[in-house]
Amino acid sequence: MTAPNHSWRNFKNAFMQTLACVCAILVVAPLLLVFYHLIKEGFTSINWAFFTQLPKPVGEPGGGMGNAIVGTFVLLAQAAVIGVPVGVLGGVFLSEYGGTKLNWWIRFAADILNGVPSITWGIVVYALLVVPMHGFSALAGGVVLGMMMIPLVMRTTEEVLQLVPGGYREAALALGISKWKTIVQIVIRTALKGIVTGVLLALARVAGETAPLLFTALGNQNWTHKLTEPIAAMPLQIFAYAISPYDDWHRQAWAGALVLLLLVFSINIGVRFLTRDRFRQKV
Amino acid sequence: MATDPNNPATALTVRNLSVFFGKNAAVKSVSLDIAACAVTAIIGPSGCGKSTFLRALNRMHELNPDARMEGEIRLFGDDIYSRSVESVAVRRRVGMVFQKSNPFPTMSIFENVTVGLRLNGVRSKKVLAERTEQSLRMSALWDEVKDRLHAPAISLSGGQQQRLCIARALAVQPEVLLMDEPASALDPLATSKIEDLILSLKKDYTIVIVTHNMQQAARASDFTAFFYLGELVEFGPTTKIFTSPAQKRTEDYVTGRFG
Repeated sequence: MTAPNHSWRNFKNAFMQTLACVCAILVVAPLLLVFYHLIKEGFTSINWAFFTQLPKPVGEPGGGMGNAIVGTFVLLAQAAVIGVPVGVLGGVFLSEYGGTKLNWWIRFAADILNGVPSITWGIVVYALLVVPMHGFSALAGGVVLGMMMIPLVMRTTEEVLQLVPGGYREAALALGISKWKTIVQIVIRTALKGIVTGVLLALARVAGETAPLLFTALGNQNWTHKLTEPIAAMPLQIFAYAISPYDDWHRQAWAGALVLLLLVFSINIGVRFLTRDRFRQKV
Repeated sequence: MATDPNNPATALTVRNLSVFFGKNAAVKSVSLDIAACAVTAIIGPSGCGKSTFLRALNRMHELNPDARMEGEIRLFGDDIYSRSVESVAVRRRVGMVFQKSNPFPTMSIFENVTVGLRLNGVRSKKVLAERTEQSLRMSALWDEVKDRLHAPAISLSGGQQQRLCIARALAVQPEVLLMDEPASALDPLATSKIEDLILSLKKDYTIVIVTHNMQQAARASDFTAFFYLGELVEFGPTTKIFTSPAQKRTEDYVTGRFG
């Protein structure tokens, strides 16, 4: 008996394995590259003033983007107020109510909305809010981010609710618990971590949006005191600084980008933390 | 109609019950009387409509939007499909235990037992504590869990989880308890505990159990209904069904010649 020659097969196996490995590295490489550059260029500009002070005019050293950091949080808070209830309840409808056909169309529409370029959202809200209100405003910025969150939150909510085994719904209904209480107290409670995860990821996603804010929140070099005034946001400030011709402002842009990335990063870490024992229970 | 002359009270009166899923009839014009405070077993091969029949008894089949029923079911005289009766109200009187134990994973043992009461507005701590002990004693679980009522329900073993589900169903004090193959996912020891439990529960409850296990039906039930292809082939006292069935198909099935 002669041993069959496996060398060609072994070569193909090794080749494909290497190819897959290289692709996996290519996925991670940009993150490392971005982090490396941001830390190299931006880290030295991060200090207490960066988080607390207003931007300084060109040529004056120091200053920060405290207003933009606060602005981003104000915008995200408004976005959450709009996006979370509508998105979560929409997801509940898709998962627990509604007819097959209707739900197919809603899902289809949500998936299209998720693919709409963000600048389009900006123009829509510009026409809906900025023009009638005769001015850019924090409110319009919050609304546009909130609208972008709705389809994201809706789809993830639906998906995690669908993961709740039907046996729990049946068990609750068989106890004479009404459908609405079953959904709130049993189904949503079982899927809560997944819903929170979806909300946080949607927030992280819109936190970095720039284009829609150009048409709505506009940006502001000062503190914003009313939601009807334009408001600064980190992506806008980074954009404004990065396209300027001044080195000082470039450094601030790097630092801003680093802080924004860290914000998104920490939201993701938070999500990992929340979901760490998600599959501990066998269902 | 076969009813035990020694125990004339009838809990559920089923008349000409048919259940359809779309165009398919899963249960075809079934009539039978289910005796109160007794165990009625529903047997038959897979797909014979026995689970659908069971689920029609507390309107659980309505969860399937394609399901439709014809006929009449009365629970101690009340038409459970009357327009004025809500399915929620029916299910409070007719509880159900499922094949797969399904304690709520986000809740403790105590919370699981009391969930039906709490979500129906019972707030009194005293009532909840009493009902918890009573239900867990009835389901023969009290001694095993009394020191850890606030531990997660999913920390229990499979057999304990199923007994917890029985306690949860008992806590809302239903009149009838439906069991859909309650022991088929359990080991023999846990199964025999569930069977003992069924025998002890029947003095207070009317029990209808769907089972694939002939020995279980023979051991635990007073009456047996044999379903085949959606029809009720034979219904009578369990001893008669298993020793001298009137129908050839029943005899073939209970002796293991088919099914």
